This record gives sequence, structure tokens and C-alpha cells, in this order.
Amino acid sequence: MRDASEPDDDDAPTNDVPTTDAPTNDGQRFDRLPETAEDREVAGRASREEVLDWWADRFGIGRDVLGEYTFWEKGAGKVWVFNGEADDPSRVEAIGMTFLRTRQEHWKPTTRAVQRFGEHATRNVVELDSEAAARFVAGEDQELPEWDGDWGYLIASHRIAGGTAPIGVGLYLYDELRSVVPKGSRADLPAVE
Amino acid sequence: MNPLERYQPLVDDVEAFRAACDRPLPSVVRTNTLAASPARVRDAFEAAGVAYETVDWHDGLFRLPDGNPGGNWPHAHGWTHGQEEVSVLPGLALDAQPGDRVWDACAAPGSKTTQIANAMDDTGTLVANDNNLGRLSALRHNAERLGVTNVIVTNQDARNFSTKPLAFDEFDRALVDAPCSCEGTCRKNPDVLDQWTLDHVHGVAGIQKGILARAVQATRPGGTVVYSTCTFAPEENEAVLDHVLREEDCELVPFDLPLKTAPGVTAWDGETYDDSVTRAHRVYPHHNDTGGFFCAKLRVGGPGRDDAASDDAEVGA
Repeated sequence: MRDASEPDDDDAPTNDVPTTDAPTNDGQRFDRLPETAEDREVAGRASREEVLDWWADRFGIGRDVLGEYTFWEKGAGKVWVFNGEADDPSRVEAIGMTFLRTRQEHWKPTTRAVQRFGEHATRNVVELDSEAAARFVAGEDQELPEWDGDWGYLIASHRIAGGTAPIGVGLYLYDELRSVVPKGSRADLPAVE
Repeated sequence: MNPLERYQPLVDDVEAFRAACDRPLPSVVRTNTLAASPARVRDAFEAAGVAYETVDWHDGLFRLPDGNPGGNWPHAHGWTHGQEEVSVLPGLALDAQPGDRVWDACAAPGSKTTQIANAMDDTGTLVANDNNLGRLSALRHNAERLGVTNVIVTNQDARNFSTKPLAFDEFDRALVDAPCSCEGTCRKNPDVLDQWTLDHVHGVAGIQKGILARAVQATRPGGTVVYSTCTFAPEENEAVLDHVLREEDCELVPFDLPLKTAPGVTAWDGETYDDSVTRAHRVYPHHNDTGGFFCAKLRVGGPGRDDAASDDAEVGA
């Protein structure tokens, strides 16, 4: 079973090897993201503006939703979202929740971030019927040729109790929707009409 | 000896007390109001044919007579969290508000932490601490599953907790849901009765005193500290309060809980305690068909904005 303490931590090493005198990413501590690319001191670290732009571009989730949060990196590219007060929480165990995997070509939102903020998304949301939703939450990949939107990471949602609700993150490639719901969060649930 | 026998002189109806302790408890889930309303959870249960019962004193709680609290869509969405009924009481007594700075001193596995985050509407700063790193991973999992973003998780001994990693050095409120001998959970886990020893009671009482004293010290004047356990042992309840009342600047305040309780006891096993411990609540299993519990509310002394004393009304659900 996967370690429940590392949700969505499905790739990437946690330490960078320092090779120069420039500040490098310390995978064991939380560091606040720089405001903009110009403020960046640690190579490869996403900026706050880039993170906000990414959610707005990819899912239409704008600064009206995310603008009050702060963002922190721990591990190689794992970005956390936090809504409280913090100066230098570098040595705490967690600050807010895991939010986004950066330092890779295609950034990947976490399942929990999609469940928490996905209801505000206006694009790249694939609404699954009841049977497809049950297969998705069980971790199954499925053919979905009718999707004519972007490839890459999507928010998979379904209708439930008078509205839609995000289930998790899907990866859409070549007519197929892959479920990337973490193993520990998968469930065998009934298809509910 | 079954340790429940030693508490028989404290209860009003020994037969009913022992009979209730022998009955298993139903599965109960609490609505995560950051994600869904109780009405939406209910609608989802009904659409899927999941049997549920409401709880008359808390609209966010649902009993699931068929068990399997994790085997349904509301759970998959993070709309619900499995939590025993009495376990919501300290969160109600704490009455955290949006924007507060709150310390949950013994937080793992996070049921009460996430309930407090709900009360704070996921704003302010909630510091969830536990000394056990393994249990902290369960806390982190639960906080993420429910989408809590205002929490900082720390791994310290609560008795000498340092606020150094924080942006502030005192809290508005603190919860000490202390490690204890847990007889009150015997309906869920009868093994606690076999493993019970008086040595453990005395040992853990020392830890409880240290944690509660630190919580009072770390809370601002006028702020609120809630102390709770799931044991009936006066050594771990009223005696701990009595100790901290003498050692720290604080007082017990009266408060109401939305179910039937008994007052704290002022004498036990040759010891007597401060009269104000009667302001604490004892929850016996036969009174409300729940687990056993103990809950007290303190106001930290000194001039300061007063949270606890103004809170005379019944604690709403």
C-alpha cells in the first residue's frame, strides 16, 4: 500500500544535488514560492504568478479563487497551498495541502486540489456518466473518443446530489482517459443514476 | 479486574452503564462542511440507497447502520469523515471562529482537527501537533482528503511545544484532547479494558498535566482552552484540572453541551478537587447511547478579550 502521508507523490526524487554556489532546492524544507520569475533565486522553482497563471489557463480557476493563498515548495517540484499565517515554517511537517507537481514538462494537479478547487473550473473538465464515474474512481482507464477538448491532465467530474462534483485527475491521451486517482483513494463504488 | 467496575460508584445506573458499555457502537460520519452541506450528503446517500440515521443534536452527523463509512460517493468526494459522536464535543466546546489562531496539541489522527478547520471555515491558522510521527501521517492524509488548507502540522512533544516555527507566539484557543487510558472507547475497541493498568493511568496523568499546563501558557489572556479525554478515570480528568488550576493562571468556565451529561466529581479515592471541576462534563455511554467522554473548558487568566465566559448559550451544532 502507498504511504498515506505522501498523497499524489507518484514520481520525482526529493533532493536536488547542489552543483554550484547558487541557491538550490532543499527537498526537506518548505520554501515560499517567489512572486514572479524575476524574483526567482532557486533554479527551476515555479513562481507564484506562474502557478496562478497555470490554474487560470488550464482550468479557468482564477485569482478570485486562489489569489489569497500562499504557495510553498517542498521536495522536487511539489507545491503546497496554504491559507494561514507563516513566516518561516521551513521545518514543519506540513503546511496546507499538496496542490501541484511542477519541475516537469506537464504540471500535474493533485487529486485533493482538484476535489477542493475543481468546482470553480470552467474548462478541461470532463463530466462522466454514472458508469464511467464508477470506473474512474476505481482507477480504471477507459476509452473516451467523444472528448474533443485538450489532451493532458483534466478534471473528471460527475453529477451527484443536485450538482456536479470533481472526482479527481484524469490524463487524456489518444482517445483514452486514464485515471490517476492514487491507489489509496480508489474505491469500488456503485454507478448511481 | 474490569476497570469499569471502579467507576460504578460514580454513575447513576450501574446496570444501564455496564449494559451500554457492552453494546457495539454504530458507524458515524461527520459532514465536511468545507466540501458539502449536510443536505447534500443526505441527498447523495438517498440516491445511492445508503441507509442512514440523523443525530438529533448535530445536523452534520449521520449514523450508518450498515457500517462501511468509506464505501460511498460522499466519502470519495471528501464530503464525510468517520468520527464517533462524542468525539465532536470538544470541537463544539472550543467554538473556534474564522480567522482564529488555534492549537490542536494532540491532533492525530485529525478528526477533531478537521472539525475545527470546518468551524474556522478554513481561514486563520490551525496548528495540528502530535508527538507520534506515524500517527501524523494519518492526520495529514485526513486533512488532505477533506481539503483543509489552513493547517500547519508539527511534530513536537506538546509539553514543551515551541512556537518558533510559527508566525505568532500565542494562540486564541487550544484543544488538549489528551492521550488517555481510553475506557470510554470500549464499545469500539473492547481490548482497551484488557490492556488497562493503574500504573498507566498514573503515568499518563503526568503527561496530561504537562500538556494542559503548556496549552494554558501558550494561549493569550482571555483565550479558551478545552481539555478532553475518552476515559472515566478522575485521575486523568478532574485531578488534571485541579493541578493546572493551582499551577497556572486560568479558571474553569461553565458551558453547555447538547446532550445529557453529569458534572465533574470533586472527590475520588481519598483525594478532593477544586469545586469548580463540577463545571466539566462527564458523558456516560448509557445516557445518550454513545461512547464515554470527558470535556472541560478553561478561560486563560489576565486581561484580554474574553471568549469563554461570554459563551453561556448552548453550544450549537
